[in-house]
Amino acid sequence: MKSQFGKLLLALFTFTLISAVAPVVDAYKVGEQAADFSLKNVDGNMVSLADFKGVNGYIVVFTCNTCPYAEMYEDRIIALHNKYASQGYPVVAINPNDPSVKPGDDFASMQTRSKEKKFPFKYLFDDGQKVYPAFGATRTPHVFLLDANRYIRYIGAIDDNAQDASLVSVKYLENAIASLKAGNNPDPSETKAIGCTIKVKS
Amino acid sequence: MIYWLLSILIQGTLPKVEEQPMWIVPAPDTLSVQVINYDELKPLLHSKSDTTYVVNFWATWCAPCVQELPLFLEMDSMYRDQPFKLILVSLDFKKDYIRKLEPFVRERKIGDHVVVLEDNRANFWIGDIDPEWSGAIPATLVYRGQQRAFFERTFHHADELHDIVKPFLNL
Repeated sequence: MKSQFGKLLLALFTFTLISAVAPVVDAYKVGEQAADFSLKNVDGNMVSLADFKGVNGYIVVFTCNTCPYAEMYEDRIIALHNKYASQGYPVVAINPNDPSVKPGDDFASMQTRSKEKKFPFKYLFDDGQKVYPAFGATRTPHVFLLDANRYIRYIGAIDDNAQDASLVSVKYLENAIASLKAGNNPDPSETKAIGCTIKVKS
Repeated sequence: MIYWLLSILIQGTLPKVEEQPMWIVPAPDTLSVQVINYDELKPLLHSKSDTTYVVNFWATWCAPCVQELPLFLEMDSMYRDQPFKLILVSLDFKKDYIRKLEPFVRERKIGDHVVVLEDNRANFWIGDIDPEWSGAIPATLVYRGQQRAFFERTFHHADELHDIVKPFLNL
């Protein structure tokens, strides 16, 4: 009994220590359930994942206006939504940057960009920067594929060639969606890619 | 290629770019720094010598990278008398080599430090460079022999940079 209590205390202490030192340790991993959020869309309305009815999952993409990598993927993100929203996997784009650090990533610029590019998906602003750390997003673009119950099934890159869509050899995200649809776990479930840091006040 | 890598390791030099005032330099049409793949970069990240290596991953399109670059160059000149080597690994886009990277390298006179990494296997080499690296830049590797540390972060002050490099130097 005593030792169990001791273990609990130790666990609590360790947990406190870890969360105090490195909040990123708490970030979601593949297989964990993401908490829902409520963020402002470019149309001014607040949007939660629960607002999407009858979907099979969500393609959550942390992206922005200013990162050249994000720009190179812009058309591909639009195409992904156009292809997969009707199959129950809508794109939910979130801008995680602090506009006081990166002026081109303010809400008004998001609205402008969304209009110019005719974004067919929600483009949300992580005002206060609470959502991206929960996901553990570190760069733009950074993709999190969620299933209908918000369990994270794939984290990483859209494909393996940012610079030239025509030279892509592996479409990581599309393969992951195909796995979900077939009732399998995506493999790989995590990939890495170069990207821009998420802009925070130093 | 091996000879070239060795010459960098030993002399710390790449072919010198002729220095002229910017306003009379014609638009450069060749890249004066070496473009290498990850297999060619990897030996530079695992030298067995007693030199402290600071390897910074950057690109001209990356604003925080460009901002912190002077801190690295300052440190390099400060440790001129030490067994110290600064390598700036550019992750610039191919379309920007001549248009952006070459003028940047010339203007800042950093050709001695810069290599360009061109390798589509990012999903492999990011984790091979450091398992904890997510791929965001700027990012910096510091190593000497077996002692290694990796930093996926931006440096804002010279002190921050010196704090992470000092433990590696025989001062």
